[in-house]
Amino acid sequence: MDGIHDLGGKQGYGPVDVHEKDEPFHADYEGRMWAISRLCGAPDWTIDWWRNVREHIEPVDYLSRPYFDSWMQTYAAAYICSGIFTPDEIIAGHTHHKGPPATPLSYDEAIETQRKSCLDFSLPSDGPARFNAGDLVQTVEFIDAAHTRLPQYARNKPAVIRAYTGSHLFPDDSARGIERGEHLYSVTFRAQDLWGPRANPKDSVILDLWESYLEPR
Amino acid sequence: MSTFDPKAAAKAHQHLHSHLPSEPALRVKSLESLVIERGLIAAETIDNWVEAYREEIGPKRGAKVIARAWVDPDFKARLLANAAAAIKEFKFEGNATGHLQAVENTETVQNIVVCTLCSCYPFSILGMSPVWYKSAAYRSRVVREPRAVLAEFGVTPDEEIAVKVWDSTAELRFIVIPQRPADTEGWSEDALAAIVTRNAMIGSQRVLDPRGVA
Repeated sequence: MDGIHDLGGKQGYGPVDVHEKDEPFHADYEGRMWAISRLCGAPDWTIDWWRNVREHIEPVDYLSRPYFDSWMQTYAAAYICSGIFTPDEIIAGHTHHKGPPATPLSYDEAIETQRKSCLDFSLPSDGPARFNAGDLVQTVEFIDAAHTRLPQYARNKPAVIRAYTGSHLFPDDSARGIERGEHLYSVTFRAQDLWGPRANPKDSVILDLWESYLEPR
Repeated sequence: MSTFDPKAAAKAHQHLHSHLPSEPALRVKSLESLVIERGLIAAETIDNWVEAYREEIGPKRGAKVIARAWVDPDFKARLLANAAAAIKEFKFEGNATGHLQAVENTETVQNIVVCTLCSCYPFSILGMSPVWYKSAAYRSRVVREPRAVLAEFGVTPDEEIAVKVWDSTAELRFIVIPQRPADTEGWSEDALAAIVTRNAMIGSQRVLDPRGVA
């Protein structure tokens, strides 16, 4: 999806705020939304469907509303799509279908739950890996999936395979609820190939890209 | 069961855009009431989760790992070979570290990490990501003009130093191993950890101050 979220290389976004206070959350609601997000996902969601729901936030909201507010909207929209809550329930902040109260987690249990939420996205592929480290490749020009992890700035560009990084869940399918593995590579792009001759010849951008994003060169 | 239908997602967002209150805190409060009423989570769990991220799950974890790598060459080799496994020696694994990779700064290389497509970040080892890391300004610019962005952070690498920008487009996450300051020989691991900053582990700071940080 060529949406507002695909920000790499876009111009006009101004300076970075480098004077932010060194604290994890700048408002209470940020921390609370973070906790809800880590602990209240629905079993049928995939990480890529969740990202795809976030990508569909109205562009004006995506750029202007605070970060954890956009997460709230993403959870709300994903709950609606899964039939977990109705739009009316979300707007009212109350449900007609109350459940038994959840068992609280203590501080130590929260630490342990966080530790155990380390996920492995490895998933075998059908065939052998097509590329090896050092191979010259070209990224594909066109993506028609509704969700992809090949950003626009890195399409139809020459690159080099830096390393093979395993076979992982393929996001373009995972966003549709299909769990399929595909070979994944760490791929180096010269800055000059992405941005033109004025870029520093020493500089590079490294992306992790799935095999179907790549062609031999 | 989810529809997995992008049109349904767009429709839900349009509806929410028109009907939710404007204030972010009110929106989150409303969602919190809903998930608690349904029994998906307890209010106390939310309190404790936030506390865990305020107290323990933060950049101090990453700093300890970096300090260990500076003093213990065998650990550094394990960290560079498989950071996801190496941080388990500290029990620091968790949110988004399942495929963690460490990348090392040298005299000739400055690494810097971004997620241009969303906001991927190795939370369990670095804690909550700063707002600037998630901002449109950083995400759009750091891949295209990394040296201009670094300059805004006060970092001006020599033209001969290669700037490597790591865009977290898959489930791999990155932690930068900064260079150990020269005048820290003989320092304890704890003293070394105290000078390692979050920004240095993202890559927006190059030189660490051996006089320590606030």
